[in-house]
Amino acid sequence: MTLTPGPAPSRLDADPMPRRDVLGLLSLWSMASALVFATVGALRLPRAAVLPSPSKKFRVTIPETLPPGAAFVPPGRSVAIFRDGDGIHAVSIVCTHLGCIVKATTAGFECPCHGSKFAPDGAVTGGPAPAPLPWRQVTVSGSTVTIDEETSVPTGTKVQA
Amino acid sequence: MNAGSDALRVFRENLRLAPGRIAAAAFRTGVPHTDRSRSTFVFGNVFLHLHSVRTHRWSLRWATTAGLGIATLAAFLITLVTGVLLMFYYKPYPDAAYLSMKDIHFVVPTGRFIRNIHRWAANAMVVTVILHMARTFYTAAYRAPREFNWLIGMALLAVTLGLSFTGYLLPWDQLAYWAITIGANIAQSPREVTDALGVTEVFDPGGLQRLLLLGSDTVGEEALVRFYLLHVMLLPLVAAALMAVHFWRIRKDGGLAKPADVDRRLPAADGTYPVFTEAPQKTYHLAAIVRGRTPAVGHGPEQTVPSMPHLFYAELAVFMLTVFACTALALVSDAPLKELANPLVPENPAKAPWYFLGLQELVAFSAFMGGIGIPAVVLVGLGLIPFLDREEAGTGEWCGGPGGWPLVRRSALIGLASAIAVEAFIIRFGWLREWFPTIPQLVITAVNPGTVLTAIYAGYSMWLVRRYNSTRAGALGLFTCFLGGFLVLTVVGTYFRGPNWQFFWSPADWPLH
Repeated sequence: MTLTPGPAPSRLDADPMPRRDVLGLLSLWSMASALVFATVGALRLPRAAVLPSPSKKFRVTIPETLPPGAAFVPPGRSVAIFRDGDGIHAVSIVCTHLGCIVKATTAGFECPCHGSKFAPDGAVTGGPAPAPLPWRQVTVSGSTVTIDEETSVPTGTKVQA
Repeated sequence: MNAGSDALRVFRENLRLAPGRIAAAAFRTGVPHTDRSRSTFVFGNVFLHLHSVRTHRWSLRWATTAGLGIATLAAFLITLVTGVLLMFYYKPYPDAAYLSMKDIHFVVPTGRFIRNIHRWAANAMVVTVILHMARTFYTAAYRAPREFNWLIGMALLAVTLGLSFTGYLLPWDQLAYWAITIGANIAQSPREVTDALGVTEVFDPGGLQRLLLLGSDTVGEEALVRFYLLHVMLLPLVAAALMAVHFWRIRKDGGLAKPADVDRRLPAADGTYPVFTEAPQKTYHLAAIVRGRTPAVGHGPEQTVPSMPHLFYAELAVFMLTVFACTALALVSDAPLKELANPLVPENPAKAPWYFLGLQELVAFSAFMGGIGIPAVVLVGLGLIPFLDREEAGTGEWCGGPGGWPLVRRSALIGLASAIAVEAFIIRFGWLREWFPTIPQLVITAVNPGTVLTAIYAGYSMWLVRRYNSTRAGALGLFTCFLGGFLVLTVVGTYFRGPNWQFFWSPADWPLH
């Protein structure tokens, strides 16, 4: 076999793709894909599979002397518990605007952070809050009252003791 | 015997010369007395070589930059040094964090002073970075070829605010705890929209953002570790990398922006002389590759002076002024430390640091619009400025371009007046929720005092573009208006909001609670 001499390559001609370009492109693409997978892995890291937060379900003893319409906030919890003739109910006291703890007043609830106001049943009456305060699930068995802060019930749901 | 004593003599001689040789090996150039040694002084030093060897006299004028960029860098370096010192004692764990702050304040020698300097430098950095942005904007220095550096600057503004915000949680006092609770819930506020649309179950970007920020569903130890990591490691690294690019690009983009007729504006002074003669003796190797950015060859006299000493002494002066200001403020005013964080009782009023109070005023209208929507629009708008304003008139001049200073003055009035008017209106009459209690939330998210004000500013700016037939005029008006609005909202949030975020003329009128 004889090699026929082609035209001499000029410096101005575009280079054909030689072997080392293939290697270079391979390493480039491997780096790009490694970056993508590493980023995806790194982004999954900050979101733990199990959240380190305490249980939101708790048993409570409501003071015998709690008058109807007055709020009872168990220490360390973010619900206000009410008891009247129709039964017991629990209203979340975490403001639906930006998460401050609202204060129960005679007229309902007031948020100290941005002035949201809520009616006694949790409905928004003023301020920037976008949603009413949710009612939380109350279960009564015998003399034990259990509140689940993670489960909401429709507004107006009261449980007879 | 002879050879041995010779070697000893040489040894002693080398020992005697060693200090001078070590210095020479480190610095390589002698005392910078001539133009040549001044040049090698600059490019022979890794820290100084980001500067060019010679600096234009226009760039050295006080009125060109007011030294705001260097002041920002100085404040950053001060926080870096004082921050590392504070890390000797700080413990990033709830309650322990608060106690270690108390230790730093009362037990550690100079601890309180160092913390005060850290706090004041952080505040100074926010102020100077905003003023630096305003300077760049008003002198139209963002224009081509400096568009990309303007974008880097926007990123640095965001990182600066991020550094301030993450530093705020670390003392774990009441102020810290509730500011972070509010901040994390602002991150969650896209729920305001997804809830209203009823799609939160399947699509919840707000919840994800909050979760990533806090690492939990409450503000606790996970959140503190994350904010600590962001504050002492991630954000400073990002800031340092961005700053390196920012400074490098100043040089690569041809130094500071100068008016086209800068030579006519600057009468020749002593010490400037033709650097380039008719037949240049000097070739520019690397610089020549950067197309269109080479010094004009064959033009003289050049209006440049050696960077050493002129530029470096000016930079050092600004640096020392910043150090002096932070130290003086640290001596007269202590960084606040309230009671230990209590997750059950919010501060009333719970106020963020002053530079976020404008934002807090906005979120008091709508969490999503005030905390995410409007800031995002402002950031995108700022980033787009250099790509929309492709004009040339007024580059390098204060309030340069069509309209000029009278336009800026009028816009400042309009910006302040409309913000005050909107604030006065809602303080006096309330807003939609007070008038129509059952109004859908989406309406309030879309139409609230914040969006109304933004719309007024945008409309005014569009009118300016038509009136002056110039994008630059519109940008001047809009930027000035937003600065005015920011000022009014910040002042109202800082001085006129009391318990329950109600309006009070003075804190003396606050009710007891």
